[in-house]
Amino acid sequence: MTPHMLTRSLDRGATIFLLAVAALGVLIPLSNLLLPAGSFFQVPTYLVALWGKYVCYAILALSIDLIWGYCGILSLGHGAFFALGGYAMGMYLMRQIGTRGVYGNPILPDFMVFLNYSKLPWYWHGFDMFWFAALMVLFAPGLLAFCFGWLAFRSRVTGVYLSIITQAMTYALLLAFFRNDFGFGGNNGMTDFKDILGFNVQAEGTRGALFMLSCLGLIVSFLICRAVVSSKLGKVLIAIRDAESRSRFLGYRVESYKLFVFTLSACMAGVAGALYVPQVGIINPSEFAPGNSIEAVIWVAVGGRGTLVGAALGAIVVNYAKTFFTSGVLAPYWLFMLGALFILVTLLLPKGIVGTFNAWREASREKRPVAASAAAEDGVTEPKMAE
Amino acid sequence: MPTNLSARLCTFVLSLFLIAFALPAFAGPFEDAVAKFANDDYSDTDEAIGVVASSGNKLAFPIISALQDGRLMADPDSKKVYVTGTDGKSIDAATGEPVASVPDSASAVRLNNRLRRSVDAALGSLTLQSPDLGARLQAAQSVFKSHEETALEPVEGALAKETNKSVKTALGDARAAILLFKSDATEVQKLEAVATIKARGDQEALALLSDIGTDQPPSVAKAAASAISSIQSSLAVWSSVQNAWYGLSLGSVLLLAAIGLAITFGVMGVINMAHGEMVMIGAYTTFVVQEVIRTRYPALFDYSLLIAVPLAFLVAGAIGVLIERSIIRFLYGRPLETLLATWGLSLVLQQAVRTMFGPTNREVGNPSWMSGAFDLGQITITYNRLWILVFTLAVFMILLAMLRYTALGLEMRAVTQNRRMAASMGIATSRVDALTFGLGSGIAGIAGVALSQIDNVSPNLGQSYIIDSFMVVVFGGVGNLWGTLVGAFTLGIANKFLEPVAGAVLGKIAILVLIILFIQKRPRGLFALKGRAVEA
Amino acid sequence: MNVMDTRATSAMLYLDGVHVSFDGFHAINNLSLTLAPGEMRAIIGPNGAGKTTMMDIITGKTKPDEGTVLFDGVTDLTRLDETRIAELGIGRKFQKPTVFESQTVHDNLLLALNVDHSVKGTLFWRGSRAESERIDKVLETIRLTDARNRLAGSLSHGQKQWLEIGMLLAQDPKLLLVDEPVAGMTDVETHLTAELLKEINKTHTVMVVEHDMTFVRELGVKVTCLHEGTVLAEGTIDQVSSNERVIEVYLGR
Repeated sequence: MTPHMLTRSLDRGATIFLLAVAALGVLIPLSNLLLPAGSFFQVPTYLVALWGKYVCYAILALSIDLIWGYCGILSLGHGAFFALGGYAMGMYLMRQIGTRGVYGNPILPDFMVFLNYSKLPWYWHGFDMFWFAALMVLFAPGLLAFCFGWLAFRSRVTGVYLSIITQAMTYALLLAFFRNDFGFGGNNGMTDFKDILGFNVQAEGTRGALFMLSCLGLIVSFLICRAVVSSKLGKVLIAIRDAESRSRFLGYRVESYKLFVFTLSACMAGVAGALYVPQVGIINPSEFAPGNSIEAVIWVAVGGRGTLVGAALGAIVVNYAKTFFTSGVLAPYWLFMLGALFILVTLLLPKGIVGTFNAWREASREKRPVAASAAAEDGVTEPKMAE
Repeated sequence: MPTNLSARLCTFVLSLFLIAFALPAFAGPFEDAVAKFANDDYSDTDEAIGVVASSGNKLAFPIISALQDGRLMADPDSKKVYVTGTDGKSIDAATGEPVASVPDSASAVRLNNRLRRSVDAALGSLTLQSPDLGARLQAAQSVFKSHEETALEPVEGALAKETNKSVKTALGDARAAILLFKSDATEVQKLEAVATIKARGDQEALALLSDIGTDQPPSVAKAAASAISSIQSSLAVWSSVQNAWYGLSLGSVLLLAAIGLAITFGVMGVINMAHGEMVMIGAYTTFVVQEVIRTRYPALFDYSLLIAVPLAFLVAGAIGVLIERSIIRFLYGRPLETLLATWGLSLVLQQAVRTMFGPTNREVGNPSWMSGAFDLGQITITYNRLWILVFTLAVFMILLAMLRYTALGLEMRAVTQNRRMAASMGIATSRVDALTFGLGSGIAGIAGVALSQIDNVSPNLGQSYIIDSFMVVVFGGVGNLWGTLVGAFTLGIANKFLEPVAGAVLGKIAILVLIILFIQKRPRGLFALKGRAVEA
Repeated sequence: MNVMDTRATSAMLYLDGVHVSFDGFHAINNLSLTLAPGEMRAIIGPNGAGKTTMMDIITGKTKPDEGTVLFDGVTDLTRLDETRIAELGIGRKFQKPTVFESQTVHDNLLLALNVDHSVKGTLFWRGSRAESERIDKVLETIRLTDARNRLAGSLSHGQKQWLEIGMLLAQDPKLLLVDEPVAGMTDVETHLTAELLKEINKTHTVMVVEHDMTFVRELGVKVTCLHEGTVLAEGTIDQVSSNERVIEVYLGR
């Protein structure tokens, strides 16, 4: 990726978004660490972890938007890639516990001792090394997505059929990870983490750093998505989304494009999961629940699919609302609200918040041609002119 | 009654040994023997037990069991003996005539430890000849398993008197089991015994034959070995039959859950993720119907399902029409959005039911005609599963007939095949859409009535069926009801044959993976429509 | 066999004994057709004659049950998929104009250009002067220069038809399959389209499916009439339209 590709056609909205994420990524941890506890501007540690979670969700939302918003692939199984990344990180964290576990076994994590494992399963080897785990964070979801996508796209499974089998995929994984003999801790999953790269995961400094890293992850993911969708490949993806068979007749190998973007998206979801796990301190099979994946889709729909900023904002807004409502007296009504959100957004706001805002801005600009031409001269709204 | 019975059976086997001693040669009139209970003398009581137990009188069992429980009352003055029932009513032990009350002078006949053993033994042999068919059968079965030598005589005695065919067979098996293990039985007897047990041919027969030891005559050992292999092969066949039955049963459940979806998704092309909630609503309708019946008209309980079926259809169907009119009709041609909106709807419906009925499982009972089971060869078939299979096929056939022969069915097919053409021919397409969706939802509601009989009725009921239902419809081929039928039964049977090999969860995962692979191979299912029409 | 070999090597497109049936319905029945390099051929026929299905077969969308489909005398099209066939140099315009509605006219043409269509190629693509010049030229040919930055979805029906023809030009295939190019066009537009196709035919082999007899007459090329999936008549427009069987088919029995 050339710098040219990363910076190409960063419009004003994207720039503001990136600056805001970068600012928050620095300011929130700093205020948490430097300001005295209880001060008005001090962000309490629990909020750092909570916002860290939202940022991870925003990365997941970006990965979904990349395939759904730009290529028309509605995956109802992206939670699976998120969870796989999370499990890869969880395995690393489990290996770091070492003799500090309840059973004090230097090699085997507690649940394995409990389940009478005599030795470490082969697929657990290497996870004591961070670089290996980090590689697996990308590789495990990527490989699954590649195999799944290779089969599905080659056979031209599209539309709702694809959605349904991605849902079946995450459901199958849910069942598998619930099993104790699958070797990933069964329904309890993995928790009680101690260290990450030698730092205590509970420590405020580590939490701040993790938050910063999550924001960095969001920025990098955003730039990658941006580079992809603003390249010619992005135009091909949109072409595939709007008229798949027309693209084939133009000589585009649709399955290769879908496979590329699906795998890329799965890797991003994996990274989101890996950043998520040390901040929430647990990973268990419920992350594979089909409901989670669909909920992530609605974040994108709320924010505005086909707009990267919208997807990320949607994730943050919906999850903030979820935290807000599920912790108060309105808790029993949260599912009503979430359900209504699904219905209302699809019926009344199909472009999402940001998409609708963009459309409105464009419409009002057309009414004022002078302003429009002025903006065009800036090269902001018409990126192609700059080339 | 059942606990009482099993308690008796336990003691029975242990005490058979004593029966030989307990049955004296003495045989007097039944009434004289009964009177002896009033003597308050242990040896007289012992004698009386023996006589009564071997008398064959229908009062023998109530008298001895009353003696065991301390409910046998004897009046030393009048020498009259009474049996006080567990319900407090009393009869004259000698005649069986009901009496108004037991005289105050009467007291319970006393027992010592030796007598208690006699009582147990007597009860054991009486159970083999108990008037209750089930008790006799169970007694014979337990002798078969224990094959105590001492039980031979009572078993033969019971065999001579037995008239019921199945008990007679069971007693014959028990006798054969005893003879097979009896060291001084002749070779001919043993060979006959092997043949009898081989004819029985079940897992227990197999266990018994594998257990005969090495000190048998060579001919018997050989016969036993061949019997074992023949039983094993027949058992293998039966286990396949069993799996097939379980598979059919699971298939019928899948079909039931998927059949409504085959209409909404298969025929209309609407992805209704709230389909499972329609099933759940049907189940809750059943719950409400049963609640009303329980509190108001308990006598109607056996008809509760018959009442619930049309109600569930109407309730779920009406909700379906409402959903179609208020949400889905705005989303035609946008399947992915439909999917999301209906998923949201499913959350709302679940939460609504949770708010109204609470988050826990609600009790839905089985009517008497749906409880119990019967044996077919070596397999057991429960009535509820059988009825669900029958019911499912009936619903399927009615639906097929409806689509084929009614005006609505014709309009439905017309609209789904060519909406614009149908509209221009004067069909009110939006009305047909609403009714079709209502029909699919209503059938899901009916499915809920049936599923309430075998599954927990909770707000999450529908969730567990939605993925399976979609798999069935997609696997069978969209737009083809027969495909759904074949798909459901194929998946059901495949699942049940995989289960013993791979375990329940891995079996399910394997099926999901196989379906995913299958869809890649044939994206449009088993019975796919072909041609240009598909693309439209 | 001998006949086939000699003819097949020289023909741009060669169909022989092609059969397709959908659930027992014979959409294409023993269809045989040959298109010489540089030729323009008009295909006519009533609804359901198998015209579109024939195009589906040539472009790899539908696989025939039996029969031979050769491109350029050597390539067996029945074994290839749409992408591969497009790469070989067969372009197709659909019956219903199919352009990428949410992208600009310029981008539509950019996507159609026959440059590197691989994932890597498009991801790291950077525009070149040659490409822009080609796009400009096509825009001029299809008279959409002023609309280059408009969304394709906002074009009129006729403009969309032309944009799709323009995409074919950008694709620069050896063989163009054009399905009903003048459906829904005004007379003037129809005339211009005929001129455009004739212009294109100077450098490309073209197969046009059309109902509009005036248009077909204006093209002035050899006409093939299909009926029930097989060739009913072949010749000049006058020969075909005076053919008794063709009249019978069109006017009904």
